[in-house]
Amino acid sequence: MTQPPRKRPEPVQVVKSRRDAALRALVSGVPYIQFLGIRFDRRGDELTAELPFDEKLIGNPLIPALHGGVTAAFLEVTAIIELSWTLLWEDMEAGRIDPATLDPMHLPRLPKTIDFTVDYLRSGLPRDGYARARVNRSGRRYASVHVEAWQDNRSRLLAQGTGHFLMPPTGPATERDD
Amino acid sequence: MDKTEEAKLRAARQFIEAIPHSRALGMQLDGLADGVAEISMPYDLRLVGDPRTGVIHGGAVSALMDTCCGAAVMSHPDSVSGTATIDLRIDYMRAAVPGQRIRARAACYHVTRSVAFVRATAFDDDADRPVATATGAFTIERPREGAKP
Repeated sequence: MTQPPRKRPEPVQVVKSRRDAALRALVSGVPYIQFLGIRFDRRGDELTAELPFDEKLIGNPLIPALHGGVTAAFLEVTAIIELSWTLLWEDMEAGRIDPATLDPMHLPRLPKTIDFTVDYLRSGLPRDGYARARVNRSGRRYASVHVEAWQDNRSRLLAQGTGHFLMPPTGPATERDD
Repeated sequence: MDKTEEAKLRAARQFIEAIPHSRALGMQLDGLADGVAEISMPYDLRLVGDPRTGVIHGGAVSALMDTCCGAAVMSHPDSVSGTATIDLRIDYMRAAVPGQRIRARAACYHVTRSVAFVRATAFDDDADRPVATATGAFTIERPREGAKP
């Protein structure tokens, strides 16, 4: 792979705002993510999804507990965004994509879920939830992503999940080596 | 359907439609008997996962499947007082057609003292090609011995 000639490092704020703009374009364009109220916190390339508690996320009003479907959706959203972000990051850092031109209608295509398995470990409390995903394998056509969610304690998981995804077709802008 | 079955269905419908998240998704109980449940959900722009195609997000389909499987367990003839999902796997066969209602049908195919094994299928208007299938294990909570039924 050929590197462009070395330039002076960009000012940190320019780098940060470019990355934040790319993440915002990825997340804000998906109505369902807005509906659930999921936000993403970024530290370098590491993302943490946040699910602020809301009444409409309750599945059992007596306990009260989060709806199992909400937990599944939270994990799945986190996995897809992490995978999309990984793809976008490479293109963005290599200068193949200019985040200034990104808006929800002009994003690289998102991966499609093939299957998703959720392992429910604890009942979801009426509190904020957090999740992080790890791309275990990302090939030309398929990817496998693992994701963990927790509430008060990072070591006491609420749920974990694994999903397989069909990668978007590779265009000239998203060329990658397998 | 006889009078008691009708009353049971009405009570179950009220129960499911009172769950805040099910209500937020507009879920409706269409059928419930002996370990089999049918629940549907209208197309809703708020649930879109891909703004370019208008296709509903897989997470919303998961929520429908989870609710439908849970309802199937609750309706099992063995007296079940509560249930929780142990695990759930969803296979996404194809994108649900935008604008169409999604209907799920779940059935308990094996039930032990403490676990129910459930399968579910979801369709849009095309009843021949499933949108998604699910398989899961659910806990079975029974009323305490001696407690009133």
